[in-house]
Amino acid sequence: MSDSTGATTRLAHWYRSYEEQTESVTLGIWLFLVTEVMFFGGLFMAYTLYRSLNPEAFAAASHHLSIFLGTVNTAVLIGSSFTVVMAVWSAERGKQKSLVFWLGATIVLGLAFLGIKANEYAHKWHEGLVPGPDFVFHDTREGVHAAADPNRARMFFHLYFGMTGLHALHMIIGIGVFLTLMVNAIRGKYTRQWHDPIPVAGLYWHFVDLVWIFLFPLLYLIGRH
Amino acid sequence: MSTKQPIGLPTYFAVFAALLVLTGLTVWVAFQDFGVYNNVIALGIAVIKSTLVVLFFMHVIHSTPLTKLILVTAVFFFLILVAFVYADVWTRDMLNLPGRPPLIGG
Repeated sequence: MSDSTGATTRLAHWYRSYEEQTESVTLGIWLFLVTEVMFFGGLFMAYTLYRSLNPEAFAAASHHLSIFLGTVNTAVLIGSSFTVVMAVWSAERGKQKSLVFWLGATIVLGLAFLGIKANEYAHKWHEGLVPGPDFVFHDTREGVHAAADPNRARMFFHLYFGMTGLHALHMIIGIGVFLTLMVNAIRGKYTRQWHDPIPVAGLYWHFVDLVWIFLFPLLYLIGRH
Repeated sequence: MSTKQPIGLPTYFAVFAALLVLTGLTVWVAFQDFGVYNNVIALGIAVIKSTLVVLFFMHVIHSTPLTKLILVTAVFFFLILVAFVYADVWTRDMLNLPGRPPLIGG
């Protein structure tokens, strides 16, 4: 788009100012995030309900998850939220090189998260913990008198793969979005005046981080002492 | 967000550090025995962490009232989901109908 002077403008003609445009697109991504809250909310609801109905089997099943890998991944994801914040901060000040760097750092951390997650999935596959015809479950907790029911433990892994899988899908989409942003940033598309895609994508990334902040204690930590 | 962003770098660093410390704390708590409070503490720390992310990283503390309303609406409707599902499940055995298998298992 061009204004009357011929200079490129990113201000859509139906907005009176960049502030108004930014307010509007921010509202848009928040409305999308509300639908995401209900999307993941249904799964969280199902998980807490089944956990409360099968406390023993779910505690036994969660003992098969690695707290170490889960903690590392939590730190990686929190770090990526921080790099996103730094990218937004750079964009607001028109620091192009810094913006490209922090977008790149976010992508690297996102890929690290997915790599660790893939490693965990591979382990579960080899242990036979993927729900399906080859599912086998052994109660590995020490000092337990009555072993947990494998059929109830299977439900834990259905929910584990469903929730972390959906979360990982969001990560993959997020990395795609950030790659696009980085290419555009290298091309100098974002200016101090207009850089709306950076904070909008940032809000999405933070939301995906928020989901993990709840997934980590619910899946990995509860019932482990 | 507006170009006049009131949140500065020190706040971002402080929130980042707080999130990492809280992650360490919740892992430590997982290996202690606080009885039923283990779950309460784990979820409480998750709520504190998410509040920090929402307020400072997602800039809600300086967002427009409409954005805040949208966020509160999302949480409110999720709580409706949780409240009504539990209200159903937890009261199912109250009538002691014959022939119904117990809901709570191992």
